[in-house]
Amino acid sequence: MDFNDSPAEAAFRAEVREWIRANGPRFVPPAGADDAEVVRLARAWQAARADFRYAGFGLPAEIGGRPGSALEEVIFLQEQRDHPMARVEIMTLGTGMALPTIMAHGRPDHLAKFGRPTIRGEIVWCQLFSEPVAGSDLAGIRTAAVRDGDRWLVNGQKVWTSGAFFADWGLLLARTDPAVPKHKGLSYFLLDMKSSGVQVRPLRQLGGRAEFNEVFLTDVSIPDSMRLGSIGGGWAVAMTTLSNERLALTGDAAVGRNLIAPLLNLAKRTPGPSGDLLIDDAGFRERLASYYVAVAGVEHISARILTALSRGSSPGPEATVGKLTLTRLLQSMATFGMDLAGVAGTVIDPSTDADLHEIQQGLLLAPGYRMGGGTEEIGKNVIAERVLGLPPDVRVDKDLPFNKVRSG
Amino acid sequence: MNLDFSEEQKAAGEQVQRLLTGHSGLASARRALDGRESFDRRLWAELGRAGWLGATIPEAFGGQALGYETLCCIAQEVGRSMAAIPFGVSAVLVTDALVRGGADAQRATYLPQLARGERIGALAFVEGNGALRAASGGCVFADGRLTGVRTGVSDGMSADFFLVLARSDGQSGLYLVEGTAAGLYREPQQGIDPAHAPARLRLQGVIADPLPGLIGWSALERLLDRAAVLVAFEQVGAADAALEMATNYARSRYAFGRLIGSFQSLKHKLADVYVANELARANAYYGAWALESEAPTLPLAAAAARVSATEALERASRELIQTHGGIAVTWEHDAHLFYRRAQHLALMLGGLREWQYRLVAQLARAA
Repeated sequence: MDFNDSPAEAAFRAEVREWIRANGPRFVPPAGADDAEVVRLARAWQAARADFRYAGFGLPAEIGGRPGSALEEVIFLQEQRDHPMARVEIMTLGTGMALPTIMAHGRPDHLAKFGRPTIRGEIVWCQLFSEPVAGSDLAGIRTAAVRDGDRWLVNGQKVWTSGAFFADWGLLLARTDPAVPKHKGLSYFLLDMKSSGVQVRPLRQLGGRAEFNEVFLTDVSIPDSMRLGSIGGGWAVAMTTLSNERLALTGDAAVGRNLIAPLLNLAKRTPGPSGDLLIDDAGFRERLASYYVAVAGVEHISARILTALSRGSSPGPEATVGKLTLTRLLQSMATFGMDLAGVAGTVIDPSTDADLHEIQQGLLLAPGYRMGGGTEEIGKNVIAERVLGLPPDVRVDKDLPFNKVRSG
Repeated sequence: MNLDFSEEQKAAGEQVQRLLTGHSGLASARRALDGRESFDRRLWAELGRAGWLGATIPEAFGGQALGYETLCCIAQEVGRSMAAIPFGVSAVLVTDALVRGGADAQRATYLPQLARGERIGALAFVEGNGALRAASGGCVFADGRLTGVRTGVSDGMSADFFLVLARSDGQSGLYLVEGTAAGLYREPQQGIDPAHAPARLRLQGVIADPLPGLIGWSALERLLDRAAVLVAFEQVGAADAALEMATNYARSRYAFGRLIGSFQSLKHKLADVYVANELARANAYYGAWALESEAPTLPLAAAAARVSATEALERASRELIQTHGGIAVTWEHDAHLFYRRAQHLALMLGGLREWQYRLVAQLARAA
């Protein structure tokens, strides 16, 4: 076993570190910068990375990508972690999900049109899958695409679309035949977000911020040339898109890790019920230790995934384990931390207590994390059915024509 | 980055697994439960002949010198098999204490015997309830002799010799005594896990031999840290076996007209067990690396490995019973063998709370 970089990995890491050190400062958003300014800078950062072949990892060289070990992308992301641009998530959907989907199901002219501009940040993508009526049951979506000559006319509504406000193109899953069972009547399109009839409205989450959007589609016209996969074959294309979320895991450990330090800091200066400092309190230590081993366990699982990637094999269900653990943990740790603060935990004031503020932010972000990318409950179903081989649940709608299925 | 065992280490684990499959571990645990055989002597002899008990013993003393990581792979298979053998106590704790802290004469005498599986050692370090702590007045070494009491000596009736924690000149140390020594009285105690039945030792002026390399409580804490990593692998192996038994039942038992594994309540529970097992495995792997490379983070890594593995095996053993329903609450069903093993492994090096306490002490120091 060896936790250190191999010589090749170490050399790449040193090269990347130096590049970020030299070029990173130009791309730090000024204080008070609005979202539009941040996105503008993020596009420019993406282009700068592409100039030096630090973008499009795993994508062909012909479109400006960097074929090679997936570990190189992980090393770049690790070195980028402390830079503000690392937190601008909308840039990753293009290279991480759109291009792999286009390469698997599109035509050469699709890749020619979208490949290089996506890698350079000139085209930013969003994902138009979930709807108010269909989240966990993604195949139950109702946005309809009706054939109109060599075009499709689309009507419907999408929700939880991150980055839609700034996106140039969208990955759209729509129903093209309601008279067949749900999985068989879906088709997949690439949507120009500037099309007439596309309306984006920010969606405010419970913590107060609006990182997501609703997207209303009213008589939106899409050329058939922008369809990926066959008519009625959209589900398989959507599965390709979703299966490419695996590399998000290496950033995930930061979600949980962030609260171990604030909890420790808080405990070192806060008294417990006995009057002793919490750091010396056995009850505090028991809970913190349980949280710590879960966070550490996920980090070590990530290391095992990296080990698999560096040998060229695909990781298995480990990413699901990581996500399930960290999202549940964030909520528990945040609640625990606020409890330690007592009544003072009800006051939100970043200027007086940075540790407590981080804990409170965690509380408000946590419910969203337990849903995003698939709910915990679905995640457990996936582990139970695909890893443990337990039999599937009864599905009452599997063979019914979609227009005969109850929903609401 | 390589957080995985080498091909040789994995091959060692596979060979041990094959050897163990020839001796039903659950059957040996059942024989211990029924009082018919305190441990599986034939299996122990075969492990000794094959060299697996000497994985960390230097070749000069009859061992294989394969290293700690290999012993981790072996421990995982021992745990998975659920065999009634004194592996944790003799092949891990006592062997490690002698290798790392024994005098040359002690090592030359005892290590070859341990390696061949001819003799079994046990660790006597508990006075009474509560967390493990430095020796107090309960057992004292003076003028070359030990006097005092030790309880809960795991595998105590199976052992041929003991390493006894005692106090001398205000310091803790480990002292080697033969099981047949004059003045040493052994009483069997009833254990929660009869496969590792405990014993109570009364020592009245027993001639004993100090281990020169393990003086002072912090040296003993390091011994416990190393053992914690190795026992964590035993716990992970047992947790895997428990999950497999539960999953097999869920895939074959019918209720309400369908397989019980198709109900979400069971799926979610077993998914939770799987997640806990994978976290424990990952923490154990990191512990193995820290152990083999003598990393400064070993105390933290060892505590994390033990806490994670203890939580996982306790959960897995509980849900094994729940998945089966009433049948698993019977004496005849094997589920409670896991339940008992889980408790034993959770306590034998000191319980969960005290290791959680130590873990945070390490974290606070590092932060």
